[in-house]
Amino acid sequence: MKPPLFDYASPETIADAVSALSSNPGAMVLAGGQSLVPAMNFRLASPSVLVDLQRIPGLDTISIDDGVIRVGAMVRHRDLELDDAVNAVHPLIREVMAHVAHVPIRNRGTVVGSLCHADAAAEMPLLLVLTDGAVKAVGPKGERIIAARDLFQFHMTTTRDADEIVTEAHFPVPGTGAGLAFDEFARRHGDYAIAAIGALIEKNGDGTVSRAALAACGIGDRPTRLAASEAALTGTRLDDADLEAAVRAARDEITAPDDMHATNAYRKHLTGALIKRVVAAAAARAK
Amino acid sequence: MTQRVANVPVNAVSPDPTATVRLHVNGEEVERTVSVRMLLSDFLRHELGLTGTHVGCEHGVCGACTVMIDGRAGRSCLTLAVQANGHEIRTVESLAGPEGDLHPVQEAFKDCHALQCGYCTPGMIMNVVSHLEADGDLDLTDEGIRDMLSGNLCRCTGYLNIVSAVRRAAELTEQSHTEQAGG
Repeated sequence: MKPPLFDYASPETIADAVSALSSNPGAMVLAGGQSLVPAMNFRLASPSVLVDLQRIPGLDTISIDDGVIRVGAMVRHRDLELDDAVNAVHPLIREVMAHVAHVPIRNRGTVVGSLCHADAAAEMPLLLVLTDGAVKAVGPKGERIIAARDLFQFHMTTTRDADEIVTEAHFPVPGTGAGLAFDEFARRHGDYAIAAIGALIEKNGDGTVSRAALAACGIGDRPTRLAASEAALTGTRLDDADLEAAVRAARDEITAPDDMHATNAYRKHLTGALIKRVVAAAAARAK
Repeated sequence: MTQRVANVPVNAVSPDPTATVRLHVNGEEVERTVSVRMLLSDFLRHELGLTGTHVGCEHGVCGACTVMIDGRAGRSCLTLAVQANGHEIRTVESLAGPEGDLHPVQEAFKDCHALQCGYCTPGMIMNVVSHLEADGDLDLTDEGIRDMLSGNLCRCTGYLNIVSAVRRAAELTEQSHTEQAGG
């Protein structure tokens, strides 16, 4: 249970970090290390060079402007969770964070690291997908913005190139009046979700749903939007029949095979129950 | 039976790269040249002889190796010694006074019989100390305390006495703050 051999680089600029990545095939980025170091201890990951981002100035900042919360690559989960300015404009972040592992892990693990690790059952990728967020990636060819819907490809696989560094995550601030909620089922608190649902509901003046966003994780090979369920809810008053329709519309999205944690049928059951619960909670918060 | 020698390619450029790290550990500056793949838990135990930090699962699940990194609880088995370069580490050895007088959290664990074999105890205690020293109100309901302890596994006690000990530790800490403020 010790990491395999690797070379260690501790660059002080993004440019040096990118060049360390692009000149060393098999190099990997190290931020908080709360997913990568255990993977290395298990010998599941064996980087040629570890490029540690912690000495690069400016990566540990959180800013809110133009309706976007920008989270730097070295911002720890706990820092974002406890940031009162963030909580004032996007309270769902703190709620979701309570489900991310445990405080000692959140003290070290980074938000951007979690997004790049892209576990199909992880909460922060779900949140980015739910709110149409994005990440900023810097590589040898310059920087680009990758939308959440284009970022997550497969379990632990993103469209980030191997020589790119994600320097920021962008979480859009929800519109005033939007109601957001999240819930998950896990066997033990802090574990990855067996199934999790996030919802964003906006209502018209007459009480009908003007916009519904639903995202899920743990139920397939990546965090995903439940587009058919969103369509089933839009324009309705969220009566029982509408919620049932949304649950039925999600069934095809639940593709995770039976595993040691749950069967596919059980995940379908959980997803249905969570959709009803979370949509109701989000609707109650919508103004 | 013949066994084929495994031919596993080793990725590293040099055989076992080393780096010189300088850390503040329990108030003292230490400098060592170590393998870059050395975990902080092994650094504390093998380089500094601070064997109070225990090693359990070595993948971040059990919490036995929890220490304080820059004032906040963290897993020393999920932190490389090179990552801790320049940072401040506190281990369980920092808690008791020079005469052996116990820290309030240690006192509470003793009073409440919150340990049996003691293997998980240093990690539990460092996590609790980190929570007690953090800003903001603590949730001292059973549920809140169990949430606080959720990243530390104990296989002996069934947790009931540990939950009591955390509440007691919070009381003792509060008392000592009041006394300090009054005196």
